[in-house]
Amino acid sequence: MSGASVQTATALPPGRDTRLAVDRDGWIKRFFVIVIGLYLVGALALPLYAMLSKSFVTYSFDLSRYEVMRSDAEGNWGPARSLAAINDELGRFTPQDLASNVNGRLAPTEFFPDFSFRSPERWRIRGLDAESHYLVGLDLIRSDEWRELDSNTFRRVNLRPLPKTGMDNYSAYFSNPALFGSIGNSVTIAAISTVITLFLAFGFAYAINRTCMRFKSTFRMIAMMPILVPSLLPGIALVYMFGTQGYLTPLLMGHSIYGPIGIVIGSVFFTFPHAFLIISTALSIADQRQYEAAESLRASSWRTFWTVTIPGARYGLISAAFVTFTLVITDFGLPKVIGGQYNVLAVDIYKQVIGQQNFEMGAVVSVILLVPAVLAFVVDRIVTRRQVSLLSARSVPFQPRPDRKADRLWLLWCICVALFITSIIATCQAAALIRFWPYDLTPTLANYDFNRMDGGGWAAYWNSLQMAGWTAVVGTVIVFTGAYMVEKIDGFRSGRTLFQFLAMLPMAIPGMVLGLAYIFFFNDPANPANVIYGTMVILVVSTVTHFYTVGHLTALTALKQIDAEFEPVASSLRQPFWRLFGRVTVPVCLPTILDISIYMFVNAMTTVSAVVFLYSTKTALASVAVLNMDDAGTIAPAAAMGMMIFYTNAAARILHAMASRRIMRRTQAWRVR
Amino acid sequence: MTKYLTGALASLAAVLLASTAIAQTELTVYSAIEADDLEKYAARFNEDHPDITINWVRDSTGIVTAKLLAEKNNPVADVVWGLAATSLLVLKAEGMLEPYEPAGLDRLDPKFRDTDTPPAWVGMDAWAAAICFNTVEAEKHGLTAPTSWKDLADPQYRGHIVMPHPASSGTGFLDVSSWLQLFGEEEGWAYMDALHENIKEYQHSGSKPCRHAGAGESVIGISFEFRASRTKADGAPIDIIVPSEGIGWDMEATAIIAGTANEEAAKTLVDWSVSDKAMELYNEGYALVAVPSISRPVEHLPEDFASMLIDNDFEWAANNRSAILDEWTKRYDGKSEAQ
Amino acid sequence: MTDRTPAAQPYLEIRNLWKAFGDFVALRDIDLDIHPGEFVCFLGPSGCGKTTLLRAIAGLDPQSRGTIRQGGKDISTLPASGRDYGIVFQSYALFPNLTVERNIAFGLENTGRPKAEIKARVAELLALVGLPEQGQKYPAQLSGGQQQRIALARAIAISPGLLLLDEPLSALDAKVRVHLRHEIKELQRKLGVTTIMVTHDQEEALSMADRIVVMNHGVIEQVGTPTEIYRHPATLFVADFIGETNHFDAQVQSGRVQMAGLDLAAVTGGHAPGSAVRVAIRPEDILPMASDAPEAENRLAAQVADMEFLGSYWRAHLKVGEVALVANFSMNAVRRFDIRSGAAQLVEIPAERVLVFRGASA
Repeated sequence: MSGASVQTATALPPGRDTRLAVDRDGWIKRFFVIVIGLYLVGALALPLYAMLSKSFVTYSFDLSRYEVMRSDAEGNWGPARSLAAINDELGRFTPQDLASNVNGRLAPTEFFPDFSFRSPERWRIRGLDAESHYLVGLDLIRSDEWRELDSNTFRRVNLRPLPKTGMDNYSAYFSNPALFGSIGNSVTIAAISTVITLFLAFGFAYAINRTCMRFKSTFRMIAMMPILVPSLLPGIALVYMFGTQGYLTPLLMGHSIYGPIGIVIGSVFFTFPHAFLIISTALSIADQRQYEAAESLRASSWRTFWTVTIPGARYGLISAAFVTFTLVITDFGLPKVIGGQYNVLAVDIYKQVIGQQNFEMGAVVSVILLVPAVLAFVVDRIVTRRQVSLLSARSVPFQPRPDRKADRLWLLWCICVALFITSIIATCQAAALIRFWPYDLTPTLANYDFNRMDGGGWAAYWNSLQMAGWTAVVGTVIVFTGAYMVEKIDGFRSGRTLFQFLAMLPMAIPGMVLGLAYIFFFNDPANPANVIYGTMVILVVSTVTHFYTVGHLTALTALKQIDAEFEPVASSLRQPFWRLFGRVTVPVCLPTILDISIYMFVNAMTTVSAVVFLYSTKTALASVAVLNMDDAGTIAPAAAMGMMIFYTNAAARILHAMASRRIMRRTQAWRVR
Repeated sequence: MTKYLTGALASLAAVLLASTAIAQTELTVYSAIEADDLEKYAARFNEDHPDITINWVRDSTGIVTAKLLAEKNNPVADVVWGLAATSLLVLKAEGMLEPYEPAGLDRLDPKFRDTDTPPAWVGMDAWAAAICFNTVEAEKHGLTAPTSWKDLADPQYRGHIVMPHPASSGTGFLDVSSWLQLFGEEEGWAYMDALHENIKEYQHSGSKPCRHAGAGESVIGISFEFRASRTKADGAPIDIIVPSEGIGWDMEATAIIAGTANEEAAKTLVDWSVSDKAMELYNEGYALVAVPSISRPVEHLPEDFASMLIDNDFEWAANNRSAILDEWTKRYDGKSEAQ
Repeated sequence: MTDRTPAAQPYLEIRNLWKAFGDFVALRDIDLDIHPGEFVCFLGPSGCGKTTLLRAIAGLDPQSRGTIRQGGKDISTLPASGRDYGIVFQSYALFPNLTVERNIAFGLENTGRPKAEIKARVAELLALVGLPEQGQKYPAQLSGGQQQRIALARAIAISPGLLLLDEPLSALDAKVRVHLRHEIKELQRKLGVTTIMVTHDQEEALSMADRIVVMNHGVIEQVGTPTEIYRHPATLFVADFIGETNHFDAQVQSGRVQMAGLDLAAVTGGHAPGSAVRVAIRPEDILPMASDAPEAENRLAAQVADMEFLGSYWRAHLKVGEVALVANFSMNAVRRFDIRSGAAQLVEIPAERVLVFRGASA
């Protein structure tokens, strides 16, 4: 035995790396990874691609594809001439003038400056192929036959624009100040809201994690309330509080709530719990030893705050900032309700599509909205990765010490924030019960008679329940199974990487963008999946996809905490993986699985942005009904429907808490470690 | 014996099943009929035709139109019942409508039908612009009641007027197109420039401005007569004003979507939609319906309402819709923020 | 290989096995035979490749090159589920939500065995690992040592041809560890199952293994019985890693090694006269002698610089002239020779216990 020549580095002999044969479990796991991966491709990547290509579809008048003949009063026909040739001669339209949108019209009489509809001349027109369609009056002509018309009818001829691909939509977007002005508006609103939310949420989280203030659990509960309602609900409450007839309007000192002020206040409300949760996590991992060190150095508490507390929570703060910013800039419901004339990107998409039927421009705005969302997402991912390494460091947990004066100040801070949150919910509840604010204040349940209102009536509420239920069940099964397969598969590196990318992608896609992409993709008759268009299925698919990432990350975290040796043990015992999955993995992860399902349920109840393009009347949803009732001016019933969502989500949360506690108690025997 | 009985029962069941199968034709009907009336419309129709089930797809005019256009290559709707004629004209220009001549077509006012034979669409009733004026709030602000469109440009109303956004609301578009027709293009835009100074908000739907004014959130809401009379009936302190220059109007109309799989049932519905019974139904909310002899005045609306309608050129409005909206958006959408 | 030629066909044959992680080569050209019923320990410092080798045998992380045969069958590309072994990890990897009984039964269920048979087998295994009353408990309710016994019972429940133990005792207290060593060894002997255990603890390896495979930097340094490895380390690394040594640079003179201040008789067999070598002397091979003992080879007059009491023996720091030596003296010897700090002491280093290795510069 003479292996002593350790330092003589011998390289790997040439040849191919040994690869293990794939066993049945391996094939099944690959199958699931591919199936769920394909689901994500079909429900996310392809629709986004369809939307992107739609944004490059432009419409313009192709003059070379039309010919016109003109006769004099005696009926002697001149030569057939292409409109392009005539235009070249006259110099009437530049190529920019000929750019249009899908609804554009161009009268060929424009090419005959001496045209008079009273003239006895006669006209012939034809397209050079069946694609070159035009209108006579309102009749669409798709034929390359010559058509003869008198002057009075020729006046009613309109050319239709033809589609081609190009960057024209983008140049049109940036040359329209009304449209690209929204970028500045959106960024401003998001930035201001982020600063205020962070400020409030940091104080709140600090009080809960670092002081001996009383009523912490109550405050924690109140801080979570905004998650239970659609983002447009604060908008409705703000109308009652600060609108023209609002009970707090004088506080605005003449400023209007309809516009940036309203959007910012509402955004602070609905983003608060998200920012609070992230900062709270960051503050909860403080190291007692650092504070003891600071104290021993006689650092003032102010200095300690800036040199220890803030740097320790910096990743949490950055992450919270980006999450808040993204939530605000992609939110659609709130600016729709309270934004007045203040245009923002998310509402522009809606207006382009729903109002002006200009899907191409809607796609362009969507692409632009993707930019800040994707940027924020990338930064957040980088920061989160750093924070994880911070978390894993062993440290002594921080124990706050009572300080009567400071604790009372923090209590005051929390009471202010809690009052802000509860007053918005309470206002909505009051609005829902008042007959005709401000002229008739008698209490009534009439506003809950949704069948007499826009938005789909009570059926919308039941649809929402059904949709949320399906999303919770189907979403949880898909998300957890996908996470398990991708986490516990051997080999298949490229497949795993691709899957992880697809699973992270939804977080970067705003709901409005997803919804619009779904129209383009699923409403295409060439797509065999178009049968789900207009059904409950597409709503569930879009919602599951929209909220996929958070569920996926939650599942991964839980799966990573399970002993990685379980799979080798099971296969050494010659047991198929699904026995391990069913007997061990799922029971051990049950609390996490419940967390994912309640997350899916609550978000499915409140989401507006993706589904607003996708519901049909059979599948109208409560959250969309709130929007539509507000659109129709029936604001009290909108508040009532918003409260229905609130009751439902609150009840679901309570049930979830009870179920979790029961599971924990039942499984306590094996959870103690 | 029991064998016979079971056999008989089985065949009876088969017959019943077969007949219900025939009876249950489902029609997908796209509509912009006001939500408060939707159930009533279906119920009245089913009194005569219990064998046809209507599946409503209801939304505001702009959204239903957008939906239909989006589904152009893959139509979901069988029938459109109760959509603005200007929208139906856009659909017709896309070749999406199936021409059909319903029974009793000749009773209709010629204005209320497509000029082609057979017509691509048939009218139901007219809805027209109206101003909702909150008297309580007006008094607080010391505002006088306007009597004409031009009055609305008066600086005293600055920040007190709401109107529907013409891109998303059929009512909004008929306001704009009627002003352009009433005043001529140049003066029309100049009028809107002046009016824009007084506008507090352009709202998504045609109903909202009246409810907004009714709730005192604004003083003047430019809306339409059906919503105005309903809002007043709900107890809002408003006066309904019909401007003296005349009012823009549009009609609700019915059409069959080309390529429907349920053509027979669709025709049945269109036939019924121009029947006397249907006209009486429309008249419960709308003063002017397609069969002139049936029109009766509606509560809260002026009696001479019908005479105030302008001579609306629908073809012009439909073919210029895109250009008008482009111009409007350039002038007023977002510009308000630049102040 | 200086391995003995076995009478029987080896149970596990590893040939030309390499493993690389990217640019890092973790295993270099490993050749190894393991015989039926043998208890083999892979021993080495962390990062030496011992766990990598075990995982390649288990089919958990496939080797990059080379073949593995088990029972005459080539298993080089078989996935873990296709191989025949039971495995026990340092973490126990017991299923927390299943009772002890169900954990042990996990590999027996789903195989078409009648329930009663499974129950009987589980009871038998529980008795075998000495925990007959604990079947209804959950793993979390047991001590670490008990949990590891259950993991062992679970692994042998399916009567595997090969038992793999990946640092099974590292997570346990010192006392429990010593106790469990014996039990595992006993159990292995009783079952006769071929066993491979990975450990970094030399004491564990010496006390349990039939043969030890010492590994370093991805290569096998030596394979041999515990006494072979200890008494005749093949390399300086082995000598150093297993047991302790005093070592010096030296030069070979016929039958002697010379170093600064010392000149000892030694077995210099394979080394040419004049060549530079490394000399290692184990502390327990330095024997105390009575000052009046007769003259003999390798007798040195030492000065006791310091004494440390280590419980069962004393450690003496000696000076022979300028040369420092560490020696272990038994309690008896210290009493008999009255060895004290500061006193002079005669010591002897038997020539056959002077270990001579090729020098670093050679």
